[in-house]
Amino acid sequence: MNAPESAAAIDVHGLNKHFGDKHVVRDLTLQVRRGEIYGFLGPNGSGKTTSIRMLCGLLTPDNGSGTCLGFDVIRETYEIKREVGYMTQRFSLWEDLTIRENLDFVARMYGVAARARAVRDAIDALGLGDRRDQLAGQLSGGWKQRLSLAACMLHRPQLLLLDEPTAGVDPKARRDFWDQIHGLAGQGIAVLVSTHYMDEAERCHRLAYMFEGRLLATGTAAEVVASACLVAWAVNGPDLAALAAALRARPGVLQVTQFGGTLHVAGRDAALLEAAVQASSADPRQRWQRIEPGLEDVFIDLMQNAANGRPS
Amino acid sequence: MNGNGVSLSRWIGILVKEFIQLKRDRLTFGMIVGIPVLQLILFGYAINTDPRNLPTAVRDADPGIFTRSFVAALENTGYFRIVSRPATEAEADGLLARGDVQFVVTIPADFTRRLMRGEAPELLVEADATDPTAVSNAVSAVQKIALTALSRDLAGVRARTPTPTPTVDVRVHRRYNPEGVTAYNIVPGVLGTILTMTMVLMTGLAMTRERERGTFENLLSTPALPIEVMTGKIVPYIMIGLLQVTLILLAARWLFHVPMEGNLAVLYAIMLLFIAANLALGITFSSLARNQLQSMQMTFFFFLPSILLSGFMFPFRGMPEWAQTLGNLLPLTHFLVLVRGVMLKGSALPELWVHVWPIAAFMVAVIAIGLRFYRRTLD
Repeated sequence: MNAPESAAAIDVHGLNKHFGDKHVVRDLTLQVRRGEIYGFLGPNGSGKTTSIRMLCGLLTPDNGSGTCLGFDVIRETYEIKREVGYMTQRFSLWEDLTIRENLDFVARMYGVAARARAVRDAIDALGLGDRRDQLAGQLSGGWKQRLSLAACMLHRPQLLLLDEPTAGVDPKARRDFWDQIHGLAGQGIAVLVSTHYMDEAERCHRLAYMFEGRLLATGTAAEVVASACLVAWAVNGPDLAALAAALRARPGVLQVTQFGGTLHVAGRDAALLEAAVQASSADPRQRWQRIEPGLEDVFIDLMQNAANGRPS
Repeated sequence: MNGNGVSLSRWIGILVKEFIQLKRDRLTFGMIVGIPVLQLILFGYAINTDPRNLPTAVRDADPGIFTRSFVAALENTGYFRIVSRPATEAEADGLLARGDVQFVVTIPADFTRRLMRGEAPELLVEADATDPTAVSNAVSAVQKIALTALSRDLAGVRARTPTPTPTVDVRVHRRYNPEGVTAYNIVPGVLGTILTMTMVLMTGLAMTRERERGTFENLLSTPALPIEVMTGKIVPYIMIGLLQVTLILLAARWLFHVPMEGNLAVLYAIMLLFIAANLALGITFSSLARNQLQSMQMTFFFFLPSILLSGFMFPFRGMPEWAQTLGNLLPLTHFLVLVRGVMLKGSALPELWVHVWPIAAFMVAVIAIGLRFYRRTLD
């Protein structure tokens, strides 16, 4: 059975989800194209996992509508489950089964054709040929994550939903992982991936930033940065801690962040920020420089904005 | 809706997974094999179905040499311990009613006279049959001594009496529980209680364990259908259950020499049904429970009435009607009757049907509830 052809892998409008009287996801509207890697960012508890679970049929939205791979997210969850690969945030394969047994079980659940071969290929691709009979529970975090990804790709899904797949994984493994994701996207698979890492966000084709159940920004990394209208300065030199304290007290300064020997200062009002910089640049050993704001600056700004503007 | 039906391959996948996990869980597996053997030996030897030295009252309305030697013979059987010699019937009744004695043996006033005349005098043995297993061996012992005990004393007096005639006509009154439950209560009871406990508990934990370990989210995100998951988790335990009953039956045969009057295949068919009913209950518990602890609590909530109201521990007919009604809802109640029927009476299926369908109905109801509450989503 093939999914109906449609340009968007995910196309949902106004999805809402409550847990009791907690409004966890508010009016989620999201489009993800085939072949696109879509980054899903936001602080812990912002509703990312709930959103992903609604997209793969694990949770029923309270209202709203839309499709995943052309299947209705409310009525056709069975079809969605068959075509989507979902990787849970927490390792959710069976720790008392071996690597091979886990893959074999998952392959059976999805009715993978030529199962033995598919499992063998997956193990070879993982480079785990010699450890195939090791219990999954004995694997390190990085290996568990790779095994999970292999498991959710066994049935060759057209859409991957990955919930913080690289949390707690070392940089080399993360890079390998992302190379693999890009390879898949190149084959036309859509990937929705939630993450806290800014470098990963920058590797996505497009991004969405969620806070308290609401999407605050969507677009490419550059678009998200541009839409925030932030102005930023960097300063190098000694005594940055004292400078940071002074800057925080100035009007127009929204963020002061120290990165080793560099201080980043950001604000939305260019004139006010400039004035703050002028007033603080008495020490000649400190060198000021106008910079482009980063994604992280933008996200923190979005979050502070939303938190301030929130009716209490 | 193409491909939305039940998939055999998927079902087998779940089956294989459960078997592997069962194999790896050494403790559980050990319990499954160890519990039946241990409990049967424990119950079989600790619970004495042939108790001796039972307190007995003798109301002797005709003191004399024959009564003396008859009472001596009673005591010599080892079953009776004469603790009281009430003078009146009312006094004797009181002793029995209070449970001070298990038996009242009444020797009538004309005992010696009728014995001398060659008539078999009536001897009344009243038994407190609320604990029927305690009574039956003692009663048969009385009947035996009635044949032999007095023959020596009578040898001179009644020389011409033909030997096979019983010298005394023993009348047994089973008081309080006229039905008198069979003496081989223990084996069907152990079969039933062990199956109830292990089957409900093991499967009760099966689904909640997935939930607690977080693997349930993975299982749910696959296209596996609830009925596939439920039955796929049940079948391995059916085999475990059959292994358990086989162990118990072998032990029953070799350790306790329990007879097997009926058809073994019929017995296995009944046990299979009973196992399936308990497994279905376990799976349903685990779809209702949020965690393993809750599932365990539900199991014990069900287990206790099963033991107390099924007729395993106390005679079923001795319970008030409402308790019998409650007991009739429990599969164990019917299972006990069925197993006794097959093993001891050699009953065949047509006679047993009346106790078969309640177990089947219980199973269907429980599966329906389980499917109703099986969470297809994480909502």
